[in-house]
Amino acid sequence: MSRPSSDQADPSAPLRPGDYSGSRDENRENRDDRDIVQPTLGVVGWLRWGWRQLTSMRTALVLLLLLAIAAIPGSIVPQRGADPNGVTQWRADNPDLYPILDALQLFDVYTSAWFSAIYILLFVSLIGCVIPRTKHHWQAMKSRPPRTPVRLSRLADHRTAGVALADGEDAAAAAASVIDDAQRQLRKSGYRVERYDTGGTASVSAERGYLRETGNLVFHGALVGVLLSVGIGGGMTYTGQTVIIEGDTFVNSLGLGYTSFNPGRFVDTDEMPPYSLTLDRFDVSYGAFTGEAGHGMAGDFLAHLTVTEPGEEPREGEVRVNHPYEIEGDRIYLMGNGYAPTITVRNAAGDVVFNETVPFLPQDNNMTSQGVVKIADGMPEQLGLVGFFYPTAATLASGAVGSAYGNLNNPLVTFWVYQGDLGIDDGTPRSVYTLDPTGMEQIAGADSGVASLELEPGQTVDLPDGLGTVTFQDERATGADEAVKRYVSLSIHRDVGAPFVLVFAILATLGLLAGLFVPRRRLWVKATPADGALRIEYAGLARGEDPAIAQAVADLERAHLATLGRAEAEVPPEAARPRRPRPARADAPDVD
Amino acid sequence: MPEDLSLDAVSVLLVWTAVAVYALAFIAYAVDLARRSDLALKAKDAVPATAAAPVLVAAGGQTIGQIRAAEAQAELALTARPAERPRLLWARMGTALTWIGFLFHVAATVLRGIAAERVPWSNMYEFAMTGTVLVVAVYLTVLFRYDLRFLGTFITGLVAVLMGGAATSFYVVVVPLADPLKSVWLVIHVFVASLATAFLALAFALSIVQLMQARREARAIARVGAEADGAAASAPRPRERLRFLRTLPSADALESLAYRFAIIGFIFWTFTLIAGAIWANDAWGRYWGFDTKEVWTFVIWVLYAGYIHARATRGWRGTRSAWLSIVGFSAVLFNFIIVNQFFKGLHAYSGLT
Repeated sequence: MSRPSSDQADPSAPLRPGDYSGSRDENRENRDDRDIVQPTLGVVGWLRWGWRQLTSMRTALVLLLLLAIAAIPGSIVPQRGADPNGVTQWRADNPDLYPILDALQLFDVYTSAWFSAIYILLFVSLIGCVIPRTKHHWQAMKSRPPRTPVRLSRLADHRTAGVALADGEDAAAAAASVIDDAQRQLRKSGYRVERYDTGGTASVSAERGYLRETGNLVFHGALVGVLLSVGIGGGMTYTGQTVIIEGDTFVNSLGLGYTSFNPGRFVDTDEMPPYSLTLDRFDVSYGAFTGEAGHGMAGDFLAHLTVTEPGEEPREGEVRVNHPYEIEGDRIYLMGNGYAPTITVRNAAGDVVFNETVPFLPQDNNMTSQGVVKIADGMPEQLGLVGFFYPTAATLASGAVGSAYGNLNNPLVTFWVYQGDLGIDDGTPRSVYTLDPTGMEQIAGADSGVASLELEPGQTVDLPDGLGTVTFQDERATGADEAVKRYVSLSIHRDVGAPFVLVFAILATLGLLAGLFVPRRRLWVKATPADGALRIEYAGLARGEDPAIAQAVADLERAHLATLGRAEAEVPPEAARPRRPRPARADAPDVD
Repeated sequence: MPEDLSLDAVSVLLVWTAVAVYALAFIAYAVDLARRSDLALKAKDAVPATAAAPVLVAAGGQTIGQIRAAEAQAELALTARPAERPRLLWARMGTALTWIGFLFHVAATVLRGIAAERVPWSNMYEFAMTGTVLVVAVYLTVLFRYDLRFLGTFITGLVAVLMGGAATSFYVVVVPLADPLKSVWLVIHVFVASLATAFLALAFALSIVQLMQARREARAIARVGAEADGAAASAPRPRERLRFLRTLPSADALESLAYRFAIIGFIFWTFTLIAGAIWANDAWGRYWGFDTKEVWTFVIWVLYAGYIHARATRGWRGTRSAWLSIVGFSAVLFNFIIVNQFFKGLHAYSGLT
């Protein structure tokens, strides 16, 4: 492909790499390899050779297969991008293997050096192939259909008919008129036509299906477009997560609202659109408690938001699964939901040392949830409470408390209490959702000898050792519909590249359709005077996959003869001439 | 209808009926292949009697010329109109039974959809049901154009095993749809993926027959070469198995037909990929994230892209590209059966626990 093959007799044939199946230098190249001592290659020669290898069909094919194989490990080993928790778990399960796999970048397969090398080489090969081909195709589209082969009967799809001449009609004029009709007919069916009349013989050469190569080029070009959109768009993309409890407001500003934020390289975090979102209410419906499979399944999640933008009236918005809310080029997704009990802790003196609505993370389908309360100040020692929340508390067969249903039918919070050092004073970042009890003493729950604290909404219980009290606030006391508030976790995305990726993907598909299904074919009609009649020959040459070529020739013959309205006549077969040892190159079928 | 016989229960009964009928169709098609072997033998016996048999034929086996002649005839039969096809009684029975099985199968699938009040392709069991229904539908439709009844054993065998296996191992009762699946893309994305699978299955079967035929042709050519060298007398002749191949088109013809189905499947697969990305962008907040199922969809796409390239690469046309088609469809089956069940990812909709 790198070498525009100068020995191609037919300039309208699509340009292809040297190892294209059926290319013209197929025989030549084999001969070169075997018999001819190659001249020593200079640096330029080697570069040229390397480029030719890279842009050959075989290399492209091997790279494609390598790409397929290289993608597989990423589906077996957890990936940091798709499943960071899986990587952590894998590390814990296989501490010995982890460093080896990590060194091989097997946890980041799709950004790894080796995976990148394969697809970059593939795309270089693709571009190196497509550019000269585009140039060539451009010229081919401007050229005329090639000369009618001398001996059409050598083509596989060939038909002969004979028509009678009128009395005293000039054979040459009749041939020309017959071909005029054929020419009109071919042009009407979308062929590009060219007349080649010699002596008494008239012929028309027709070609169609340039769209096939156009589609092919569009497909490959669009793939480059997809890659560029992903690459450049990725740099201008950001993803952030946030949690909003009912009644609370999220402000779209880094440092204010986000619990985590991943900006692309070119994202200006000071220029984020200044909107804010208030969670008014979160709706969810639960399947009936039937005891059958899938009972009590939650669904129809719906977050009702109030959206505020500067200088505008606040407006209502909704976020549902599959239906993100769009604002200022951001898309807001509903990723999760849960309960956020409001917990108040007082010390022995009765002073409030903690009063917050705490999001609890769901652990199962019945919304058994876990949350943590950390009290750094106001107590003799730091205090940590690990809580479990059960929206419909029930005693399970095992005797343990569990949640039997996702909705708030019998809400209950239980706490284990730890006393000691929370480990937050030295500045080590700690998750607000987990408690590391290292260096702390458990003073309630499990094996501590003191029963865990159990509270229903509105209840207050004492902490052990007279440390104070814990209250589970009933929100209905402040006019809410439900005893416990709900929260949603939202994911906020801006992906500048996505629309471009989609456009290029659609272009690629259209190109593929044309490149695979538009037949590229040549048809010829030739009229030759023969014994007081006209011999009309029809021939077709498929260029590439064209299952319907024989049918096309037959249809052409039928339609053409019908247009002529001349009587049929017996004509002698084409005069047999001694066959040349090799068919003329121009007659040789070239596949597309 | 008795109260304890729900629509879904009827659907399951119909599934098993369909599986049983497909199994019968499989038997009929298998008998057809065996009888084709007979026909092939008789044709062989007939040839030396009429034509002046050259020594090579008398020594047993067919010359490559005879093989080519038989193949050319088979190619005509391949594209002949249904009325003009060879009258193969057992193949006709096979096709008739396949139609009957198909009607039960469609009824089962439609009833499941009615019972679930949604499209019947939202868990493993239902994917299998709809996917196999489409395999049979595409096969039966293609039969109007091409006489592919020699693939009947493959199609009915594959569908009976997949559907029977799914009804045994993947069956789940109807449950409401999970929120992420409540999307118009469920209808489009999954259906088109199943349709792609149906076309790729046909291409796969043709590629396998192509390989068998290519091997037979290569052997015949080698035999002619060996006998010309005078080695025939001493070398023991391998017994020719799979004689029904003698009634089938040439490896080249099978290859170009396989290619035609594969590119249709490839287009549908491309569409599946794009539709999936659009859905993922709505449901998960990104159009591509190398989720395990996404990875495998991509791998399959690249494999078939490789197949299409291989068909145009010197030295890869023919047998090697056929292997790529076979590997590609194996990946499709792997993606459906193994990845769905055992690989962790976001496409966790098998409904199995």
